[in-house]
Amino acid sequence: MRFSGWRILKEGLTGNSGWTPQWRDPEPKEAYDIVIIGGGGHGLSTAYYLAREHGLRNVAVLEKGWIGGGNVGRNTTIVRANYGLPGNSEFYSHSLKLWEGLEQELNYNVMFSQRGVINLYHSDGQRDAFVRRGNAMVNQGDDAILLDRAALRRKLPYLDFDTARFPVLGGLYHPRGGTARHDAVAWGYARGADSRGVDLIQNCEVTGIDIDAGRVTGVQTSRGAIRAGKVGIVVAGRSSQVAAMAGLRLPIESHVLQAFVTEGLKPVIDQVVTFGMGHFYISQSDKGGLVFGGDLDGYASYAQRGNLPLVEHVMEAGMALMPMIGKARVLRSWGGIMDMSPDGSPVIDRTGIEGLYLNCGWCYGGFKAVPASGHCFAHLLATDRPHAAAAGFRLDRFRSGEGIMDEEATGAQHNLH
Amino acid sequence: MRISCPLCGPRDRREFYYRGAAVALQRPAADAGEDAWQAYVFLRDNPAGVTRDLWYHAQGCGAWLVVTRDTASHEILATELAAEVAS
Ligand SMILES: Cc1cc2nc3c(=O)[nH]c(=O)nc-3n(C[C@H](O)[C@H](O)[C@H](O)COP(=O)(O)OP(=O)(O)OC[C@H]3O[C@@H](n4cnc5c(N)ncnc54)[C@H](O)[C@@H]3O)c2cc1C
Ligand SMILES: [Zn+2]
Repeated sequence: MRFSGWRILKEGLTGNSGWTPQWRDPEPKEAYDIVIIGGGGHGLSTAYYLAREHGLRNVAVLEKGWIGGGNVGRNTTIVRANYGLPGNSEFYSHSLKLWEGLEQELNYNVMFSQRGVINLYHSDGQRDAFVRRGNAMVNQGDDAILLDRAALRRKLPYLDFDTARFPVLGGLYHPRGGTARHDAVAWGYARGADSRGVDLIQNCEVTGIDIDAGRVTGVQTSRGAIRAGKVGIVVAGRSSQVAAMAGLRLPIESHVLQAFVTEGLKPVIDQVVTFGMGHFYISQSDKGGLVFGGDLDGYASYAQRGNLPLVEHVMEAGMALMPMIGKARVLRSWGGIMDMSPDGSPVIDRTGIEGLYLNCGWCYGGFKAVPASGHCFAHLLATDRPHAAAAGFRLDRFRSGEGIMDEEATGAQHNLH
Repeated sequence: MRISCPLCGPRDRREFYYRGAAVALQRPAADAGEDAWQAYVFLRDNPAGVTRDLWYHAQGCGAWLVVTRDTASHEILATELAAEVAS
């Protein structure tokens, strides 16, 4: 079924009785050419591009829960291409371009809104670092504008510019960045993959990976054994558990990241605003809710919920930066499990076991990567060669020390990103 | 979340700095080779369940602790002084 304005008009006039399910609910087959473990954003986009770009349709996505139940439906939806290091820059640039064509490509309204992202700076040193980052973005072909205090004041008049600890001196403005409707991204890719023949199998937990003489032969699941020529692991926070089924130990620690949303308000925050020094960022959803968050809770966790110290910290940082939000009532908070890598950058690579491929390490920034991650992972699965835009995301960089991508320059070490 | 420091008693999580998996107690020899060092610095079991990690009682007695806890429920199961675990 194609969506269009006409269709909405027609359905509106005929009692909305003509809409059909967006994807099938198939029984798993005995064997597939390719099995993708994990029906989050990255797994679904991988399946979509396998079918769309490489004509590989004998593909299944196995999801232990339901489509959209993982981080892809829990994030704060920020999309940006403001990375500073080679390896990351070209990848996120590639992803942003895919975002810009995504709604036409999928015939699905993912509510992608390029409202701009503004990173605030509070010292001369931080400004200089942002100048450098902005130049890297411009060199990559993306956009970045340095706003001084006066220019920033025109855009964000509501900030408390003169707090004693972190006076606001300006910001780095990335106009093409923005937000999208996270569920719609999952649903749009799911529908696109399904309509090209991919089987999306929900309530199907992978419990084992079958390996024979160094080659993957299939998976064990809660719905029986499934044979596969190739298997891709794309399970975000659960990467260590699933990789362990193949005897692998990963450079990943799983941490909880929380987020918050308020009651719906009239439009007040037009861009995405990030206050890095306070570990706080915010945007306003199209429904009007203020969507905001901060840093990781700071300890390994699979609980999908955090603790009060971080809640307090985020609220305090928000109040320090923009006291006007103090009267908004928080409706909900939640947490997701982040696959944290030692250098803060991801892995899209082979594993050393033939036919077994790995996509993980997205930390707290994998939503914006959904299009390019799937695009590049599909390329790797289909051709056995890394896509040029993701060639830096090697698993062996932690062994060799070569090609470490540490954007924050804190050192490639667990618990520092 | 509260952590029971063997020296100070039950204290709020805010008083502690988290260092990560308790692998630091198994530092390989300098010449142990690349595999051992990669495993030590980067590779983690990362269990969904019982784990042992290192916490520093920064705003308390200043002791390093080995905390046994459940990453799925946030339950703290045991705390020991790292100095005693290591010796
Ligand atoms: C609070 C929060 C805010 C965030 N904000 C942003 C942001 O603003 N911008 C941004 O770019 N990123 C953000 N992120 C990060 C982003 O959401 C993740 O990096 C990204 O969604 C991870 O990829 P995914 O969508 O494939 O993961 P998921 O949706 O988690 O998909 C993994 C899937 O694998 C399934 N699975 C696990 N184990 C198995 C198994 N054994 N068998 C079968 N299936 C299995 C899971 O059920 C899950 O559905 C945020 C994350 C959180 C939690
Ligand atoms: Zn103590």
